[in-house]
Amino acid sequence: MALDTVESVGVASHASAAPTVLHVPEHTIEIVSDSGEGAQKCGQIFAAVSAKMGNGVWTVEIIPAEIQPPPRTPEGASGNRIRIGSGPITNWGDETHLVLAFNEQVLLSRHRLGALADDAIILVENLWATHQNPDVRAAWERAIEELASCHYRIIPVPMEELCLTIDENPRKGKNMFALGLLASIYRRDLARIDDQIAYAFRKKSEEAYERNIALLRLGHSWAEANLDFRVEVPTHPPDKALVVMNGNEALAMGALASGMDLCAMYPITPATSVSHFLADVFERFGGVLHQAEDEIAAVGVAIGASYAGKVAFTITSGPGLALKTEFIGLAVMTEIPLVVIDVQRGGPSTGLPTKVEQSDLLAALFAQPGDAPRIVIAPATIEQCFHVVITARRLAEMFRAVVVVLSDANLATGVQPFPRPVLGDEWQADEPDLVAVPAGQRAYEWDERTGLSTRVIPGQPGGMFTVTGLAHDERSKVAYGAGVHQHSSAMRSRKLAVLQQMLIPPAINGDADGGDLLVVGWGSTKGAIDEAVERSRAEGLSVSSIHLTFLSPLEPGLAEIFARFRKVMTVEINYSDDVNAPFITRENRRRGQLAWLLRAETLVDVDCWTRVPGEPLRPGAILGGLRDAVATLDVKHAATLTGWIR
Amino acid sequence: MTEFSCAISGCMPGMDDDRRFELGDYEGAMARWCPGCGDHAVLTAVQRLLIAEQLKPEQTVFVSGIGCSSRFPHYLKTYGFHGLHGRAFPVATGVKLHRPDLTVFVVMGDGDCCSIGAAHWVHAIRYNMNMVALLLDNSIYGLTKKQTSPTTPQGFMTNTQPTGSFLPALNPLSTMLGTTNVSFVAQTAEWIPAHLYATLRAAYHHKGLGFVRILQRCPMYTPSLYERALRDPSLTELLVHDDGVNAPELEPIYVNRIVHDPANLNEGRRLAEDSERIRLGVFFRDETRPRYDDIRRPRKVSPAARMALLNAELDKYAV
Repeated sequence: MALDTVESVGVASHASAAPTVLHVPEHTIEIVSDSGEGAQKCGQIFAAVSAKMGNGVWTVEIIPAEIQPPPRTPEGASGNRIRIGSGPITNWGDETHLVLAFNEQVLLSRHRLGALADDAIILVENLWATHQNPDVRAAWERAIEELASCHYRIIPVPMEELCLTIDENPRKGKNMFALGLLASIYRRDLARIDDQIAYAFRKKSEEAYERNIALLRLGHSWAEANLDFRVEVPTHPPDKALVVMNGNEALAMGALASGMDLCAMYPITPATSVSHFLADVFERFGGVLHQAEDEIAAVGVAIGASYAGKVAFTITSGPGLALKTEFIGLAVMTEIPLVVIDVQRGGPSTGLPTKVEQSDLLAALFAQPGDAPRIVIAPATIEQCFHVVITARRLAEMFRAVVVVLSDANLATGVQPFPRPVLGDEWQADEPDLVAVPAGQRAYEWDERTGLSTRVIPGQPGGMFTVTGLAHDERSKVAYGAGVHQHSSAMRSRKLAVLQQMLIPPAINGDADGGDLLVVGWGSTKGAIDEAVERSRAEGLSVSSIHLTFLSPLEPGLAEIFARFRKVMTVEINYSDDVNAPFITRENRRRGQLAWLLRAETLVDVDCWTRVPGEPLRPGAILGGLRDAVATLDVKHAATLTGWIR
Repeated sequence: MTEFSCAISGCMPGMDDDRRFELGDYEGAMARWCPGCGDHAVLTAVQRLLIAEQLKPEQTVFVSGIGCSSRFPHYLKTYGFHGLHGRAFPVATGVKLHRPDLTVFVVMGDGDCCSIGAAHWVHAIRYNMNMVALLLDNSIYGLTKKQTSPTTPQGFMTNTQPTGSFLPALNPLSTMLGTTNVSFVAQTAEWIPAHLYATLRAAYHHKGLGFVRILQRCPMYTPSLYERALRDPSLTELLVHDDGVNAPELEPIYVNRIVHDPANLNEGRRLAEDSERIRLGVFFRDETRPRYDDIRRPRKVSPAARMALLNAELDKYAV
C-alpha cells in the first residue's frame, strides 16, 4: 500500500524528546501551490528574512505559463525555490532538500522535473487524502505511489483544517501558515517575519495583518509541537548594508541611477517587470515610461528621444529584439546612442517565454543587414544588473553607439542580496548642453584615428543637419560614393577597437599559469560555473574559468590565455549538437554561440558544453560536463571518428 | 505649438531672440525630386509657413520615413530625421516626449504612412501629440518605381498589379475620422498653393496632432490622376469655415463651397466619404481632446534629487 510511505500523523508525538537538528552548510527549499494560493509571497518573505539574518540566498520563481491554470494540476505549479547557505549563494543549486506543497499534484510536477533530492523532506497538505471527492482521493493515492520511486520523507500536514480555525477562506491564508512551518524548521526570527509581513501587506488593512500574524503563529506552533527535526544553516549577520532584489528590479534601479529619463517598451516576458517597477516610480524621477504600440515603435521612440537629448533605453526579449532589428541598424548608422536591454528567454520564435536561455548572443552581435557594429555586454549577477545600465549609458554616449545589454530570465527572476550601492551623482548623465555649434563643425566630426565624434542635438543653434539611414558623409549628406561608404563604415567600426583597447583581460579563476581545461562563460551562468569549477578542483581536476562581460568588443588577451590550456570549452545555456549524435561531425557540428564567436575571433579549437533545459544550469550538471571534458582530453577526436563511422 | 518653455537648462545661451529668419535660413540642399513633383509645392508652402511663424531653425525638427517625400528634411535647414520606412511617427513621438520645447513636423508618403506604418499611424492619431503631420499622397510607390499603394485607385495599372489595382483605395480621411481621439484632419492639394498654405497654417496652429493629407500627382507614374479636377474646378468642393480654412482668393475659381463646422464629426465623416468630388478643407477639429505629450510632460528633477529618491527606493529593498 503506497500510503505506507506517508507518515501517518504529524510525526513526533507531543511528548517526544527534543527534535533532531540537521546541521548543514546550505539547504534548498521549495514552496509550491496552485496559482493564486500565495506560495510566492511565502517564499519571498522567507528569503528576505533569511538574508536579513545573514544567510546567503538565491531565490527563483516557479511560474506556470498561464495566469490562472486549472487547480490541482502539475502544470499549474507556482511558487519559489530558495537556496540558503551560510556563505554567499550565487546560483539556484542542484536539488531541493525540503518541499512544502499545497497539494500533491503540484508536488508531482517538481518530482517529475527531477527537481527534488532523492531523500527530500516533503511537507504536504493532507486534506486531499481524505477529500470527499473520490476522484481527488484516487489522484492522491496515485501520486503517492508515483512518489514512492524515490526515498522521500513525506509528512502530511493538516494545513486547511488548522487554518479554518482562523480564516474561513483558507486558500488565502495557507501561505502564512506555511511560512510559520518554515520559520520553525529553519529557526527564523519571528519578529523579523512580522516586520516583513507588515511591509508585504502594507496596502491591506490592520485586520488582514493580524490574521496573517495569527496564521504564521499557528503554523509555527504546529511545527514546534509535531515535527521531530530542525535544519540549522549557520547565519553570519552581514557586516555591511545589503539590498535584496531580483535582476529586473536591479536593472530598473540601475536605469534610475544612470540618469536615464525615458524608457520605451512593449510588454514581453520576461522583461516586462522592469517596466512595472519604473511605472511606479519613474515620473517622480522626472522620467517617462512609454508603453508603445509595438516593439518597433518602442525602439523608435527611444531613438527619437536619444536623438533629442539624453540617452534613452528600451527593454525587450528575443522576439522583440528581432522586431527592433531595423531600428537598431538605423541607430548604428546615424550614431545615435541607445541602450537596448534584452532579457533573454528560450527561442527561437515564441519559444519558452518564462524560461531562461542564452540564445540571443549572436543576434545581439550580428542580426542586421549590412555591417552594424555595436557594443554588447552581459551582467553575470544581480548586482551587475544594477551597475551595467550605468556603464551602458556611459558607453552609448561616449561612443555614440548602440549598447545591447544581455540579461536573462534567470537573473530577471532570481533574488539575491548584494552590497547596497553607494550612489554617485556622477552616474547621472549631464543635461545636454544646447550651446551654439561652432561654424564649420560637421554632423559627424570623426576623429580620423578613433572614429569618435561630438554629438549635436536639436536646440543647438548652428548645428542643424538631417540624420539619415542612407550612406552619408561627415556632413550627413547622402553620399553613395564608394570612398565615402568605405570611410564612414571604418569610422563606425573603429570605435569598437578603441573601446576594446580600454578593456582589461578577464581574470582567471583558478590557475593563471594554465592547466588542462579552461571554461569560458558569459552572463547569468557565472555562479553555477564558479561552483562547478570549485567542486572539480576539489576533486583534483585541473580546471579554471574566465567569465566574459564584454562580448562586443571581446575582452583582450583571449587567444593568449587560451594558449595556456590544453582545452578551452564554453558553458552556455543555448543549443549545440551532441558530438555523438547521428550525422554530427567535427565539420558540421553546430556549436554554442560563444564558442562560435571565440573560434572565429581566436582561431582556437574551442569546444562547448551547452544545454537548453528551460531552467538555469545546475552546478552539478556542469560538473559532469567538466569531468567528461577532462577525461576525454587524451582520446582526442574519438567523437569525430564515431561520427564518420556511422 | 510654441507655448512650451524650454525643458532643458541652458537653452540657447547668449542667443538673441531678435533674429529675423528669411527664406535662406530655411533652405537646405537643392531638392532632387522630379520636375513637376508635388513635393516641391509642399516644400515651398512649408518654407512659407516657417517664415510666417518665424520658427527658430534649431528648435524645429522634421521627421520623415522613407520614400520620395521623405527626402523632405534634407531640403530644409532645420534639424531633420530621415529615418525608416513607415516609422516616422515613433521617432517623432520620442523627440516630442523627451523635448516638448521642440516644434515637430512629420512628413510621410502614402505607402509610408498608410501601409507599412499603418500601426503607428493609428496610434499617433490616438496619442494626439502636439505636432504637424503631412501625408504627401500621390497614390503610388514612386521611389521603387510604380507599385500599388493603399491609396492607388481601384483598376489603376501598376507594376505589381498590371491588370489594375484589385481593391478599392483606402480612404485615409475616413480611417482617421474613425479613430479614437482624432483631433484635426484636413485635406488639401499640391496644385492649389493658396489652399495648401492655409491648411498647413491651420494645422500648425492646432493644439494636438494636425494631420494634413495632401493630394499629389507623381509626374512619372500618376500624372493624370487628378486631370479632370484640374481641368474643371467645379469638381472640387472647398469646405470653408472660420474654424477651418478660408482662402478668399480662391473663391472666383472654386465656386463649389460648403460651409462645414469642423466641430461636427459626423458631418466631417460624411464629407470624407468617397465621392466624385474632391473635397478640400478641415473635416474635423477639436482642441479639447487629450494630448499624450501634455499628460506625460516630464518634470524637471535634479541629479541630486534623483539620487535622494533612489536611496529612498533602495531603503525598501534593504536587508
